Amino acid sequence: MSVTVSIPTPLRPFTAGRDTIELAGDTVGQVLDGLVAAHTGLKRHLMQEDGRLRNFVSLYLNETDIRHLASTATPVRAGDVLTIVPSIAGGSPAATETKAQLSHAEMLRYSRHLLLPEVGVSGQRKLKAARVLTVGAGGLGSPLSLYLAAAGVGTIGIVDFDVVDLTNLQRQIVHGTSTLGQPKLDSAAARLTDLNPNVRIERHETRLTAQNALEILRQYDIVVDGTDNFPTRYLVNDACVLLGKPNVYGSIFRFEGQASLFYAEEGPCYRCLYSEPPPPGLVPSCAEGGVLGVLPGIIGSIQALETIKWIIGAGNSLLGRLLLFDALKLRFRELELRKDPACPLCGSNPTIRELIDYEAFCGIGAEPAYTGPEISAEELRREMNAKGNELVLVDVREPHEWEIAHIAGARLIPLNQLPERLAELDGHAEIVTHCHHGARSMKALEILKGAGFGKVRSLAGGIDAWAERVEPGLPRY
Amino acid sequence: MTLRLREALVQGIRREGERAYPAECCGLLAGRPGSVKDVTRLVPATNRRTDDPHRYLISPDDLRRIEAELRDSGEEVVGCYHSHPDHPAAPSAFDTEQAWPWYSYLIVRIDRGRAAELTSWVLDDDRAKMSPEPVDVLSEV
Repeated sequence: MSVTVSIPTPLRPFTAGRDTIELAGDTVGQVLDGLVAAHTGLKRHLMQEDGRLRNFVSLYLNETDIRHLASTATPVRAGDVLTIVPSIAGGSPAATETKAQLSHAEMLRYSRHLLLPEVGVSGQRKLKAARVLTVGAGGLGSPLSLYLAAAGVGTIGIVDFDVVDLTNLQRQIVHGTSTLGQPKLDSAAARLTDLNPNVRIERHETRLTAQNALEILRQYDIVVDGTDNFPTRYLVNDACVLLGKPNVYGSIFRFEGQASLFYAEEGPCYRCLYSEPPPPGLVPSCAEGGVLGVLPGIIGSIQALETIKWIIGAGNSLLGRLLLFDALKLRFRELELRKDPACPLCGSNPTIRELIDYEAFCGIGAEPAYTGPEISAEELRREMNAKGNELVLVDVREPHEWEIAHIAGARLIPLNQLPERLAELDGHAEIVTHCHHGARSMKALEILKGAGFGKVRSLAGGIDAWAERVEPGLPRY
Repeated sequence: MTLRLREALVQGIRREGERAYPAECCGLLAGRPGSVKDVTRLVPATNRRTDDPHRYLISPDDLRRIEAELRDSGEEVVGCYHSHPDHPAAPSAFDTEQAWPWYSYLIVRIDRGRAAELTSWVLDDDRAKMSPEPVDVLSEV
């Protein structure tokens, strides 16, 4: 059966100038397959890589759009005319609303922005219309959300499920002493609303997971990653790539920070930079390794800056650049980032097409489990009283931690020195090891047992449990 | 290929972009293709995207109707024009993704309500990007 295919002007360069082509087939799909087989240059313009028709290609069988029939399965008969009709579409780079109007009070509030030609009224209106999601209301999320709110970003979504703890306040400046113990979302929302009541705060009181990430991120124009762990960082990246959203990245550790803008539509994603996470435990968290409080202030502010520039379309973004900051040397460095064509997520042959199990991907739960006999803080107090010097208490923390607090009678042997200092310990004595929370102490047990020490136990919960339940006069950290 | 059009048509696109600001304007370029693409007139089109002022869509039904009207006078659609409010007159990723080969895509930047530069682009055959196309503006005599 012969069907006439009518070729639109823009495709005629690929059909040697012909405006109609006769082809055989039983269905629209078969006729199309015959068309692209005979004129191979047409294929990439008509079909996506998965073989489906591009969304801007419409096909009319005689006078009817095939989407109103049976799509490509629509049967064709001899004499039918199949017409390819373009839809013509496009748009400017940031699909942000610009309908938002500014009140007189807002004009005054943002006057220092309005004076900048790069921002101006139109930029300020874009900020007002923008919807930004910040993942985490912690160290990075604090300066970030404060500056975004102050700048007049109309809607700020925040994902967090934690409560404000005293150890947060050294850096998490969106919270305060008066909000200790409150959910971080409530604490942050109150502070941000006080700073700028024009801003709408959307609360997502949940852990971001592969199950809810797409649903939450979908609602926003741009996502700012203020997370402190690898599973969530990969999750945020992957969800952003799958949804086609820009991801403003920042991370901090001790005295060093990084920032970039990932946007797979126009440049690299986080996986182009780090295709695999580091082995679990290799990179300590801020809770384990510490962080200088002002560092997230700097990196989070850079993330706020990049977000605002993206929304108003000003300047050169960090897209394709990784910014490295060393607070001790006070030095910024920059690395060029390229999109990796082999990236499993945003490369030319992606293998990741949906969200995965990020805990498993980052090896969490699969790391070698250190186990061993434990002793509770209360039991240790009783045995120390009863046995005196027969019980040796070994503190495997670092000297600067010892300086914060230590248990009277303990001996300091930092974990990394333990293998060389075993001779200092009596092989027949009962040994109890301890650290801050119990993890390093378990590694110490492995070393001692491996060296033939028989009577070894670890203080469950570390010095923190001891300070909480046995010796309340001891400072906690 | 070069795109050739009269100064009055350029002014028409600039005015339409200013009028639509802060939303985008869109329309079709009617003309006669030859060794250069000669634009004979502008055909303003209805933007069928109403959900987002920074997107435009000329529907296939509208295009068929316009093409049928042009056929009698020997003209055809040679491209389209649209404005980029407060964004450079360069194709966005979305423009490139949606582009047809051969058509000229004229883009005018509207800078805080005033028309600025105007450029024309054609999709590369491999769809990787759009390349600039020379625009020959005929001044009126």
